[in-house]
Amino acid sequence: MEHIRTPKVEQVRLMDRFSNKSTNGTLYLTATHLIFVESSNNSSTAAQEIWILHHHIASVEKLSLTTTGCPLVLQCRNFRIVHFVLPRERDCHDIYSSLLRLLRPVSYEELYAFSYNPKQNDQQREEGWQLIDLRAEYERMGVPCDQWQLTDVNRDFKVCETYPRDLYVPITASKPIIVGSSKFRSKGRFPVLTYFYQERKAAVCRCSQPLSGFSARCLEDESMLQAISKANHNCRFVYVMDTRPKLNALANRAAGKGYENEDNYSNIRFQFVGIENIHVMRSSLQKLLEVIGARSLTMSDYLVGLEGCGWLRHIKAIVDAAVFLAQAVTVEGASVLVHCSDGWDRTAQVCALGSLLMDPYYRTIKGFMVLIEKDWISFGHKFADRCDQLDGDPKEVSPIFTQFLECVWQLTEQFPQAFEFSEWFLLQIHEHVHSCQYGNFLGNNERQREELQLKERTHSLWAFLLGEKQNYLNPFYNPVYNEEHPVLEPSTLPYHFKFWRNMYHQFDRSMHPRQSILKTILTLKEKSAKAESALQALENRLHQLGVTPVVTSDPPALPPTRDQRSNPNAMPPRPDSLILGAPVNHKEEQRRAEEQDEVGEDALESTDTERTVEGSSGTESRKQSYGELEGTYDELAKEEPAVVSLEFGVARMTC
Amino acid sequence: MEFAELIKTPRVDGVVLHRPFLPTVEGTLCLTGHHLILSSRQDNTEELWLLHSNIDAIEKRFVGSLGSIIVKCKDLRIIKLDIPGMDECLNIASSIEALSTLDSVSLMYPFFYRPMFEVIEDGWNTFRPADAFKDLESMTDEWRLSDVNKDFSICLSYAPLVAVPKDIDDETLRKVATFRHGGRFPVLSYYHKKNGMVMMRAGQPLTGTSGRRCKEDEKLINATLRPGKRGYIIDTRTVNVAQQAKAKGGGFESEANYPQWRRIHKAIERSNVLQESLIKLVEACNDQTHSMDRWLSKLEASNWQTHVKEILTTACLAAQCIDREGASVLVHGTEGTDSTLQVTSLAQIILDPASRTIRGFQNLVEREWLQAGHPFQVRCSQSAYSNTKSRQEAPVFLLFLDCVWQILRQFPCSFEFNESFLVLLFEHAYASQFGTFLGNCAADRVKLGLLEKTVSLWSWVNRQQELERLTNPLYEANSLVIWPSVAPQSLLLWEGVFLRWNRSSKCLDEAYEEMVHIIEYNKELQSKVNTLRRQLAQLETEDPLLQSP
Repeated sequence: MEHIRTPKVEQVRLMDRFSNKSTNGTLYLTATHLIFVESSNNSSTAAQEIWILHHHIASVEKLSLTTTGCPLVLQCRNFRIVHFVLPRERDCHDIYSSLLRLLRPVSYEELYAFSYNPKQNDQQREEGWQLIDLRAEYERMGVPCDQWQLTDVNRDFKVCETYPRDLYVPITASKPIIVGSSKFRSKGRFPVLTYFYQERKAAVCRCSQPLSGFSARCLEDESMLQAISKANHNCRFVYVMDTRPKLNALANRAAGKGYENEDNYSNIRFQFVGIENIHVMRSSLQKLLEVIGARSLTMSDYLVGLEGCGWLRHIKAIVDAAVFLAQAVTVEGASVLVHCSDGWDRTAQVCALGSLLMDPYYRTIKGFMVLIEKDWISFGHKFADRCDQLDGDPKEVSPIFTQFLECVWQLTEQFPQAFEFSEWFLLQIHEHVHSCQYGNFLGNNERQREELQLKERTHSLWAFLLGEKQNYLNPFYNPVYNEEHPVLEPSTLPYHFKFWRNMYHQFDRSMHPRQSILKTILTLKEKSAKAESALQALENRLHQLGVTPVVTSDPPALPPTRDQRSNPNAMPPRPDSLILGAPVNHKEEQRRAEEQDEVGEDALESTDTERTVEGSSGTESRKQSYGELEGTYDELAKEEPAVVSLEFGVARMTC
Repeated sequence: MEFAELIKTPRVDGVVLHRPFLPTVEGTLCLTGHHLILSSRQDNTEELWLLHSNIDAIEKRFVGSLGSIIVKCKDLRIIKLDIPGMDECLNIASSIEALSTLDSVSLMYPFFYRPMFEVIEDGWNTFRPADAFKDLESMTDEWRLSDVNKDFSICLSYAPLVAVPKDIDDETLRKVATFRHGGRFPVLSYYHKKNGMVMMRAGQPLTGTSGRRCKEDEKLINATLRPGKRGYIIDTRTVNVAQQAKAKGGGFESEANYPQWRRIHKAIERSNVLQESLIKLVEACNDQTHSMDRWLSKLEASNWQTHVKEILTTACLAAQCIDREGASVLVHGTEGTDSTLQVTSLAQIILDPASRTIRGFQNLVEREWLQAGHPFQVRCSQSAYSNTKSRQEAPVFLLFLDCVWQILRQFPCSFEFNESFLVLLFEHAYASQFGTFLGNCAADRVKLGLLEKTVSLWSWVNRQQELERLTNPLYEANSLVIWPSVAPQSLLLWEGVFLRWNRSSKCLDEAYEEMVHIIEYNKELQSKVNTLRRQLAQLETEDPLLQSP
């Protein structure tokens, strides 16, 4: 709290990002959040509230003083951009300097996760951490088996400090081979199993680049690959996928690193994939955000910008690589070794996405958590560095995990019935990867997390998300589809890749469809569940009276999916994330429409008609965003679908 | 003329049909006067029936004695026929070419088609101007229906009956007609019940370089203004284009002569530019070898999405003037038969809940496109593949449908119809067994005797089984004005038309079915609950003792 000099500023204006509209309100600075509360001008509408977690703020900028006040612009990691105008410069400076300090914590202990208390007892918290069990996950894949075993070589993080303690290797890979191989691999990250495709006994392994330079070789490493090859009787060779562009790999040779020489390794098929490095990805996203942040963006500038930033090209490259991996494993029955430079960015993307294509389990809510826990958290994707959790090297920051989530989203667009979760789930995970509210993503690797005693001192995101599972269900999910199509074969033609508006414009309500199919259908499913139990109760009552009901609940006209049957009464509040557009029911729309009529006088005063029309949307967006505060508990008691914003979910837990 | 003269080889066996995402079919190819038919003559296999009028272009390829004909359709589908025998292939190709480019409208299939279904409601009588006017009369008495154009003498492209301000007599209308392009004097397009404001449309005023004025024209449009109120003239052309039009005798309303009106210029492109745009877009969509960069740059270069955005923006502007500003609006471009109609019809989609129902949308297409004289015959005679470049073809109507689809995407619960209905209208505008889209205007339709000799598309659509397919299961009547977002990030490529044949839609179709199931299951449950509630209530009234305490 010592960093907060001015906890409250009144008469602050919040400017709309894409129009000239603004909202008046009060700004509060707390130890964890920056809060903007709209001053309610009439009693009929609830005042808009925006809660911004300090960790979500990527940058804060003080613009030069204008006649109307002192502008302060915040860019958040969840792609929210807020533009305040404070009446007095001194207040602005106070807030600015407090934020500068608050959004750059220097030690992990300052992160929100260590103070966040959702009123759970220790036992509940412990249970939360036990939800995901990676040993059980390997067992589910069929490992250990006659060819693969659990090794204790890294039990004390001695061989590789960025790997987890538990690692799975071929039976024939002896400890000397492992240790020898690890010395020949960048950061000691030797080849280990990450996914086992039981049907063909084919393995997906991952590692970092070999320290081959121009001519170096390592017999243990060669034996290691040999062991991986031998563990699969179905195929005579192992694919080695270097996920980097060839040029990058060549350049690495000069630094004593590089890639496998096919002459030295027997039975490997070497393949470059061409996914760019973290720096290219960082600047690509930066360019994308610049393009879509422009006001009065023309269609032509938008499409040229989309092409120029290369973002969708990178997304396609990752999906292409995952498709190659899945095809090699499921069609050819070959084992595949995936690596990039250090084996924690592109490798994680490709292994995780490839496994998701091969295994329907990872397309369920629980399975997706397991997948993230395995390929990202346990194998040491550097979340702390990539997501800039502490004040670190800006060159280490990169949207690698965001890209992974986007790749998954692109797949959900092609296969609407194959995923148990909806887009909301992906967005909520993204939100919390950056919120530092839960312990899961803190630190860079398992060893660091153990040192921080995260399991004792923080809470697990997975427990929270499972608790609200209903919110994240995809109503179109069909488990039968996955039985019939266990392996997804997406098309990667360019036009299948779309701009993910709901991620990058999540908080720009005027951009989104005003009615959401997803929300409508989810509400209907809830209603059906309620009707089912009502029907049952009525039948019982009639039977009690000795009367045969004129209609019966079974056989149901259409088989309800298992989720419909599950407890219909205890629905947690549904987030009305800005993503999902306006409320479903018309009363609210009506009310909003009436409000609109009161404003919008000035709209036509200029011939800049583009602006005029956008302005009308802007008006609406401002009025629409009152929804952000509507998730009060009274609201939930009513029949109407509850409306809560994503941030409100965060806000509520803070209190 | 006998079709038989054009068909040298009416039948070939052993023809193989290739279609994207579908298994190949081997069978017998037959040519009739209006169809290309391929049948495997086995049970349970579908036959291909392709209207010659749906064929946009063909290409021939030969490998040895095996010839292939690549048939490119106006609905953007591309199929390939492998035909054994060089002569047969050449004969078939030349027959298709001849039959798909027949000059005479009266030889088109609608004049030969006899419906195989029971006509419950004759579509030709469903939407009559007189009926529409009755609705208007119930709301206002400021308008009258004029038959000044009953013999198409003052405006060839208008319907015989048009709605005009009550105080304007037919003599004035005749004078105004001479001052407007194509005789298209300002007529009522839409009456906004909420505030009594109106939208009118017309052809450009013929001011010419001399700045000619027409008192009657000024009087006519001023008659639609409330005392002390101003109106907006939306010229769909840029200022430059409008200026240039003066040299050709056209022009725009000057401030001096129309002081009560504010003119706003927009930039909706003209027909030949739109046709080029469609050709480029379809080419980009059909090339599967593109890299991401190439695809995006081709998509951008086609400018299609820019046109969509511009048209939608202009329509939003018109709607905004009416609903938000409480002002009346006059819309025109040059002829008043293309961009004008895009704007007036889309503005109604935004403003008028009725136009978002199935029947209301048919009514809108009938009023604002067919009766309003959009020249379907020339605009839709060729699609994206044809090499014969006439300056007349343009996807004006397709762009309108695309814009409606964009709004539908943003308000998925506010339309009674679904995407299939829009796709159906696109198909039938370009090739159809029905007479609805034949001819260029009402006068043509009378001359061709369409009402007597052909069947209306609406007769076919307005039957239970068709309506079921075209109904949006999510529809809930929404009485509000719906404001779409026109930001580029909110506008999407209409995959249902442009990628329709380039992707497998199986997954999406199944998800749609699942959605329908969820909705129907809910309805059924609710009705069962209600039935049992009634049963229980009845028992309780019959026997008061049963009532629980």
